[in-house]
Amino acid sequence: MIDTLIDITLLAFLTITAIAIIRINNLFVIIMLFGIFSLHSAGLFVVMDAADVAFTEAAVGAGIATVLMLGTLALTREHEEKKVAHRTRLPLLVVLITTIALVYGTYDIPSFGDPAAPAQQHVKPRYIDHSIEETGVANTVTAVLASYRGYDTLGEVTVIFTAGIGVMLLIGGRLLRRNRREDDE
Amino acid sequence: MIDIILDHYNYWIVIFLMMSGFYTVISQGNLIKKIAGINIFQTSVFLLYISIGYVDDGTPPIIAEGYTTYANPLPHVLILTAIVVGVSTTALGLALVIRIKEAYSTIEEDEIHDKDKSL
Repeated sequence: MIDTLIDITLLAFLTITAIAIIRINNLFVIIMLFGIFSLHSAGLFVVMDAADVAFTEAAVGAGIATVLMLGTLALTREHEEKKVAHRTRLPLLVVLITTIALVYGTYDIPSFGDPAAPAQQHVKPRYIDHSIEETGVANTVTAVLASYRGYDTLGEVTVIFTAGIGVMLLIGGRLLRRNRREDDE
Repeated sequence: MIDIILDHYNYWIVIFLMMSGFYTVISQGNLIKKIAGINIFQTSVFLLYISIGYVDDGTPPIIAEGYTTYANPLPHVLILTAIVVGVSTTALGLALVIRIKEAYSTIEEDEIHDKDKSL
């Protein structure tokens, strides 16, 4: 019961934050609200028994992503979104149709927290029953991440590496270019 | 009716959050705001996956004596990977924004289009 109450409260906070992000024009406020959004979702992950995901979301989602956005704000020196009369009708229509399709799709999903759901019946019992004898790690998430799906994690490292190279290629020469420009002047 | 709401409210609110992120991406012109929207969409998808792994009266999937009901660890693992990949793509997107600002000296979408046309 208390779980449901916390769940609904956090979801309400998330909804308010999301609406605020759409309506507010100050970019700094938007970024801080995004940090709050991430932190609330980390809380929601704890309520839904995903402790490891909550750690990562609080550190990486709320921490690093917010800092990256603030850094971009500092480098671009943009603070206010320009208030332009955007076409809102078409996006609203697209969003509405997608919402209806997705909500229609949820009728086939087993109810929230149903122990008899197919997602709980397959693969999971195998991990829960055998992970300790096969890997010796009590935390099943760690066992799956580092042992059963170790290659996935290796691929993840490749993704971070590629992203790092991409960022360096895009803005690594920034300082160099600015110095050259100043020299020319 | 009440049953359907109680069974699915979690999914519905998550879908609403997802769509608010989507709306920010397609209706707003500021590139930093668009990236914030993409991130909201992303986080909502994570919430959807974790919702599917949740079990009533369960505990986090750390094996201990005295507990028999655990949440499904598989979505947790997938989302752990997705969070890190998400931050990588965000970093790349933001680097592109900085580069665009340098080349066009604006990060508003319609002004960028105008400059492209006037070339």
